Amino acid sequence: MQIVVQDLAKTFRIAERAPGMFGAVRGLVRRRHRDVAALAGVSFSLAPGELVGYIGPNGAGKSTTIKVLAGILIPDGGRVEVDGRVPWRHRIEHVRRIGVVFGQRTQLWWDLPVIESLEMLRHIYKVPPDRFRTQRDELIELLALADFLDKPVRQLSLGQRMRADLAASLVHAPSILFLDEPTIGLDAVSKLAVRAFVKRLNRERGVTVILTTHDMDDIEALCERVIVIGDGTILSDGTLADLRKRVTRERWLTIDVADGSADTVADADASVIRRDGERVCLAFDPEIVSPAALIQRVTSRHAVRDLFVENPPIETVIARLYQR
Amino acid sequence: MMGYIAIIAARFRALLQYRAAALGGLFTQTFFGLVRIMILRAFYAAATVAAPMSLPRVVSYVWLGQATLLLIPWRTDEDVAEQIRTGNVVYELTRPLDLYGVWFARSLAWRTAPVFLRMLPMFVVAMVIVPLVAPGWELAPPASAAAFVMWVACFAGAVLISAALTALMNVTLMWTLTGDGVPMLVATCATMFGGLVIPLPLFPEWAKPVLYALPFAGMLDLPSRVFSGDIAATSAPWVLAHQLAWTLVLVALGRWLLSRGVRRLVVQGG
Amino acid sequence: MDTLVLYIRYLAISLRAQLAYRATFAMKTIGHLLVTGIEFFGIWALFARFRTLGGWQLHEVALLYGMVDVAFSLADGFGRGFERLGRLLKAGDFDRMLLRPRSIVLQLLGYELQLMRIGRFAQGIIVLGWASTFIAWTPATAGLAVVSILATACLFLGIVVLQATSTFWTIETLEVWNAFTYGGNYAAQYPMSIYQRWFQRFFTAVIPLVLASYYPARAILGRDELTVLHVLAPLAGFAFLAAMLGVFRLGLRHHASTGS
Repeated sequence: MQIVVQDLAKTFRIAERAPGMFGAVRGLVRRRHRDVAALAGVSFSLAPGELVGYIGPNGAGKSTTIKVLAGILIPDGGRVEVDGRVPWRHRIEHVRRIGVVFGQRTQLWWDLPVIESLEMLRHIYKVPPDRFRTQRDELIELLALADFLDKPVRQLSLGQRMRADLAASLVHAPSILFLDEPTIGLDAVSKLAVRAFVKRLNRERGVTVILTTHDMDDIEALCERVIVIGDGTILSDGTLADLRKRVTRERWLTIDVADGSADTVADADASVIRRDGERVCLAFDPEIVSPAALIQRVTSRHAVRDLFVENPPIETVIARLYQR
Repeated sequence: MMGYIAIIAARFRALLQYRAAALGGLFTQTFFGLVRIMILRAFYAAATVAAPMSLPRVVSYVWLGQATLLLIPWRTDEDVAEQIRTGNVVYELTRPLDLYGVWFARSLAWRTAPVFLRMLPMFVVAMVIVPLVAPGWELAPPASAAAFVMWVACFAGAVLISAALTALMNVTLMWTLTGDGVPMLVATCATMFGGLVIPLPLFPEWAKPVLYALPFAGMLDLPSRVFSGDIAATSAPWVLAHQLAWTLVLVALGRWLLSRGVRRLVVQGG
Repeated sequence: MDTLVLYIRYLAISLRAQLAYRATFAMKTIGHLLVTGIEFFGIWALFARFRTLGGWQLHEVALLYGMVDVAFSLADGFGRGFERLGRLLKAGDFDRMLLRPRSIVLQLLGYELQLMRIGRFAQGIIVLGWASTFIAWTPATAGLAVVSILATACLFLGIVVLQATSTFWTIETLEVWNAFTYGGNYAAQYPMSIYQRWFQRFFTAVIPLVLASYYPARAILGRDELTVLHVLAPLAGFAFLAAMLGVFRLGLRHHASTGS
């Protein structure tokens, strides 16, 4: 196992401020504190070359876990080993072997051309010149950086910046990559490009990837394994299919009617989720009524122009998981 | 009117949050005050010719300068700077409030709240605590009841000048955008010509007429000297007139520049 | 060696970024020169009226002033990263530094070399230059002046480092520290002998400004015979910085335990 996490625990102490004018004045004299358990016993292991999605609502403990794994936060309890090393005990050696991309902030120098940022990182990570050259050229090609290599980062679009940040995180060819919201705010084309790159990186180079994201399309496109964290504990750890099955067997049937009878579309074994003009969405349990049977019933009663069956969006699945 | 009051109240509340900053600032200013006084005392100790202002009055002058330090516009209003930079200021013009009036109200709040929060504790330190530790170094009480009353009026005048100056500085942002140069220049002038580097009465005689005429004197130097009695309470109304005149000049200048600036922005298309 | 080269690279990046905005840089630098210069103008005006200060002449105070201001501008310029630590912590940019396989101190020292501080440096040099015309320099005193300036710079940097360390606990950079950085700079421009006993003791034993700048200045001016003690005194400035860096490491440890 490349990454081992056992019973990870971390509690934060937060200062509280009472709202309003009176609270502000009182705050001058006395401060109150609150203990928040960000992590309350998290355990999982990753083998080399896995591509794992690490998801959960805000405040669930995702970034705390990542910070511990990256070696910049010391936990209160539990055992963590990355490549046989305890991350926070040997920060510099550990950090040398991992790459981290934050979706919200860039690690590149704002006023420097991209190519010079990469060059600077080479010196910081002490990458030998020829190894750097090959690596850099490959990254430029794979991420299509050639068009904006000499532009300062502040002039880049979000999609370009994200690609540049990905390249920057791989200059030193790490074996583990942490991606935190890598597709946030990107246009559709850039998102696809980023996903394709990450997938390829994982398949061809065997780089272990931990992806935290709120975009479920990222998860569906990339991750075979999904770990769900909520309120500081692991809610689910397995494949995406397992997750869906665990939470709900539900399927959705969406039909477009052609005869204006959308308002009357209904079935005894199905519930209507949404009616939108000519489009109706029904939820059903395939164990009670098979998709084929339901389709047959509905099409016999209405003139259907188009239909499709799908799994509920992963957000619905996750939301149900949190509610349990 | 209620709109302007709401703005002032919101600022006050925000500023109360900074408790550690408040105490820290007090400490720093007390430190600077003590050092300045030590230096001036050393100068006075070996003096062969009498100075235009006695040492006790100079000591009070230094403390009053520290107490009202925050009247000086050290920085431009960040929100206004942001509005101008992004061009959102144009939206402000569509509101029913007069833009200069709004900016003046903001400046007034920006000046009043911090000044009071710094001034009152500073008075306590300079008048009560310092004499316990270093007798003779304290801020002496006002020369007379009349002096105190006139000082209160002059303080209000100083606040008005400060607000007008700040509003004017904010208006100049429409030309400079980054707003680094102007505040630095204004703060430097205010520090120097307000008597914070050395008390104005200690300047060479030939410079004094010019110095006393400037608005900076009205903001810091003149009120302080009313307090200590260096300027007699009966002469204080002249100080008020001086302050009022400068306030009107700065406000007029600010309004005029603002209208020019707005026209320029609209023509440029933001 | 490689660390030094990397540091120079950091400085180069910072310089290029600032020089790119040439007009702003020029304006800021001149502005800074004026802002800091008015202090000496104030001193000159006071001497014009009072003639002496505690037995010191204007050119003697000018030497002290020049040395201290040059030193402070060096510390102020190189210490920007430490000064900004509070903001880096709040913005989450400090995490990025922790993720680089390099010493944090190195990264902070290389962060944004504030070129504008040349303004204060320049007026300090000018004042120092003027004061020098009144002084009979020897190789020994010249060397002592250089060491003293460097030691005083290290001392001021040490205060800034301590200030940065405090932000690990308080996050907001407290105005309190200005009393020791700017206040210390202001007080050190004048001969320490004019201050009260307790003040002198504090700035000898706790923040050894007296040792780093005042005693060497006395030797340079010929007010004292130049002895070994005058040469050793500035070392206190270097020692102070070393100690503050040690405390900083404690702060790093605390930060790793509590996050922010």
